[in-house]
Amino acid sequence: MGIIDVNGIVKKYGEKTALDNVSFSVEKGEIFGLIGPDGAGKTTLFRILATLLLPDAGKASVEGHDTVTDFAAIRRSIGYMPGHFSLYQDLSVRENLEFFATIFGTTVEANYDNIKEIYSQLEPFGDRRAGALSGGMKQKLALCCALVHKPSVLFLDEPTTGVDAVSRKEFWNILYRIRSGGVTILVSTPYMDEASLCDRIALIQQGAIFETGTPAGIVSEYPYGLLAVKGKPVYPLLQFLRTCDGVVNCFSFGSECHAAIDSSVTGCSRLQRELSGAGFRNFSVREITPGVEDCFLQLSIRKRDGMR
Amino acid sequence: MECDKIIKVTGLTKRFGNFTAVDHITFDVRKGEIFGFLGANGAGKTTAMKILCGLSLPTEGSGTVDGYDIRTQQELIKRNIGYMSQKFSLYPDLKVWENIRLFGGIYGLGFKEIKQRTAEMLQSLGMEDLRNEPVGSLPLGWKQKLAFSIAMVHKPPLVFLDEPTGGVDPETRRMFWEMIYRAVGEGTTVFVTTHYMDEAEYCDRVSIMVDGVIADLDAPDALKDKYGVPDMDSVFRTVAARRPAGKEAAGA
Repeated sequence: MGIIDVNGIVKKYGEKTALDNVSFSVEKGEIFGLIGPDGAGKTTLFRILATLLLPDAGKASVEGHDTVTDFAAIRRSIGYMPGHFSLYQDLSVRENLEFFATIFGTTVEANYDNIKEIYSQLEPFGDRRAGALSGGMKQKLALCCALVHKPSVLFLDEPTTGVDAVSRKEFWNILYRIRSGGVTILVSTPYMDEASLCDRIALIQQGAIFETGTPAGIVSEYPYGLLAVKGKPVYPLLQFLRTCDGVVNCFSFGSECHAAIDSSVTGCSRLQRELSGAGFRNFSVREITPGVEDCFLQLSIRKRDGMR
Repeated sequence: MECDKIIKVTGLTKRFGNFTAVDHITFDVRKGEIFGFLGANGAGKTTAMKILCGLSLPTEGSGTVDGYDIRTQQELIKRNIGYMSQKFSLYPDLKVWENIRLFGGIYGLGFKEIKQRTAEMLQSLGMEDLRNEPVGSLPLGWKQKLAFSIAMVHKPPLVFLDEPTGGVDPETRRMFWEMIYRAVGEGTTVFVTTHYMDEAEYCDRVSIMVDGVIADLDAPDALKDKYGVPDMDSVFRTVAARRPAGKEAAGA
């Protein structure tokens, strides 16, 4: 049994199904990522696990405690950082931290070691109101408040959304240090590039999980060949690639287009010839290994087409 | 020579008390380009963008947006630009056609014009069947497309997109960028902010704001060459990481 066990969870809001038979399990001391866009059901799942919401069907447990019948035990042992900034904007940095420590019947001093590394960056601004902090600093303070009572399980709902690329990298380094202390972390993110930073991930969209596994494992199941085509102008290039024989789908990825191909039909050299023939110049085509985002795209297209 | 610059600002500065959010920035945006306005949280992007959209006056500096003065012609600027953000764009309780009518009215279009634009927009979006649906019930991808079209309901020459793809799924995000490409193909200038560095690659030029100043500005390829790194994510981290740690706590 895992530290977090989710079994056939269903949650509906009126007619709308937010979670549709979701199951997965998180092992002790791993960083497990829920990867999916807005509206996928990530926050609903966190609220159920944090015992703030009752599921319509299914069961979930955290450290062996049932989320419905044994909620009090769970509340004591978890740290929860909700997606919306939920600290008191009018209280200072220091006051927020003391408030959360007090709620859990402890003090900042007693657990200072647990938060020292992150809090030391905030201490120069201890008297500043939380509402006046920058996005990255707010996230660090929220993380401190979720850690101040030494939880063994940490729930982080989109901790890096709207946070810039530099602060995101810093935040992940902090998570690794927390994990090394034996804490189990369930984290959600809409950023696909953060998927590869997790030990295991679940890809979730519209309330259902596509796939669960290690990032490398999920990538290894990608069913097509993948070519990266670089050239300009991008939009005509994309449109042309989509018309080529053997190209299953094609999407832009940064400065390149990724074309999923049926390798028995087309490949690097054939596509190069076709691009030249269509008048494209100064382009390059190379074979690449897919990333998690390629897999997510492919799985979401397959699901949508399957439903039609 | 002047006329191919749709945005032109010189020494733009905004202070709040003794905090300088935007510190003498000078740059221009060319007609018909996709201009990426990047920066860390609290770097001053939102403040600068508010001035460009005619919502806030600069403390110092001057400039024009679509030929209108940012100090004296704010109302004309507002009327002649489009604006869309991911956080607030459409009214979920209003139907598709009601949203179009509302924003068309706000931008001063007449009833006849609104009617005609509604028909045009719904047709080009393939959303004729959805005209009576409340916007809140549409899938995210449709909402995004509609929000973009509504930001362009008055056919502005310049549109500001403030993190239009935050939290959006990978496929919708890409479809959204293809709409941007089409709009640019029709001559619109696009000014866009994003935290997705792969999207920075889609821009013709990008600026990177750090602590209220523009730390660098160029085409993505030129920036990658300059810093000797393979992608915009590395460019951003190299440029943005230079900020002094003490300054980060300020601003929002």
